[in-house]
Amino acid sequence: MDRRQLLDLYFVDARARLIDIAAFLDRLDRAEPAEDFRVEAFQRALRELDKPGPDRARRVLLALSDSTREPAATASGKSACGASPQPFDPASA
Amino acid sequence: MVSRVTDDYLAMVMAGCAAVCEPAFWAGFDRGSAQGFHDYFCQLTDYEPRRAARYQLPHFSWLCINPKEAEDIGLAREVLAMIPAFLARENVLGIGEIGLNKNTRNELIILEEHVRLAAEHDQMILVHTPHLEDKWKGTRLILDVLRSDARIKPGRVIIDHVEEHTLRMVLDAGFWAGITLYPESKCTPARAVDMFETAGPERLWLNCACDWGQSDPLAVPKAAIEMRRRGYNDATIEKLIFENPRRFLSQSSKFKLRETN
Repeated sequence: MDRRQLLDLYFVDARARLIDIAAFLDRLDRAEPAEDFRVEAFQRALRELDKPGPDRARRVLLALSDSTREPAATASGKSACGASPQPFDPASA
Repeated sequence: MVSRVTDDYLAMVMAGCAAVCEPAFWAGFDRGSAQGFHDYFCQLTDYEPRRAARYQLPHFSWLCINPKEAEDIGLAREVLAMIPAFLARENVLGIGEIGLNKNTRNELIILEEHVRLAAEHDQMILVHTPHLEDKWKGTRLILDVLRSDARIKPGRVIIDHVEEHTLRMVLDAGFWAGITLYPESKCTPARAVDMFETAGPERLWLNCACDWGQSDPLAVPKAAIEMRRRGYNDATIEKLIFENPRRFLSQSSKFKLRETN
């Protein structure tokens, strides 16, 4: 498929998701401020979108990933929260 | 499928599903005893195949204690000790879905013991990789465990729930890679087709999350529609969503599909 065909197929959907992200950030701004590492992680991931290169999805996922190597001592609950408190270390990749 | 209604089986058959492969997984709560797992394994190997058979759908299973319940090493070892007695059952394809959840030391210990069990009983392996921020680290740890046992043949192991940042490391190590489709929060059909386009069709398959949470038993047929929208022909779609899983699963002599004319 050429770029125009892909745009015909996906542009409106991607546009809606982009506006969802903008609205999410506006919602955060309207809320009572609270320190939370997920906000910074999200901002780091967003910056990956603007960089050139073919692997944005991979880079966004890495920006949100835990890059440490040692197993955790214990489980901190069952669920993942979606972002690592520490920025991803590119030297680990 | 144990947490799905029978309407799901009907919908899957109507959409062209030829078999269902159900791994042992977390029930949404921790089971309180090894006996609870015994009953669950009976459900997976006896009752559920009969329920699927009412819709002419072959049902296969994988057995293990899921990594979410591996923190209690004592309980996990009791469950591991029960598994060999179930391996001969006619719908059991191997050990799974083993792996990691929060990448803990105890989870790793139980993963290693599952891998040893699979090697000792010459079983195929289905691996669960952690979700979200834990996936990249967990996938690396899992690959280290699998590669450290020389008896494990990568071509008989599928590493599931890969995403764009883990797909390449799994394929480069010689393992099969599974892309699990979800209606929200994780991989969509469009992204799955993107990964297929960048990685190619070899040792890659798609599967549906089909559990007690928000999930869709028809996600794979929907990915096929996504491929058609992008102009792929039927042969290419058939290879990815049907021939590839059949090739991997046919390494077990127990895996048989219904004869068709």
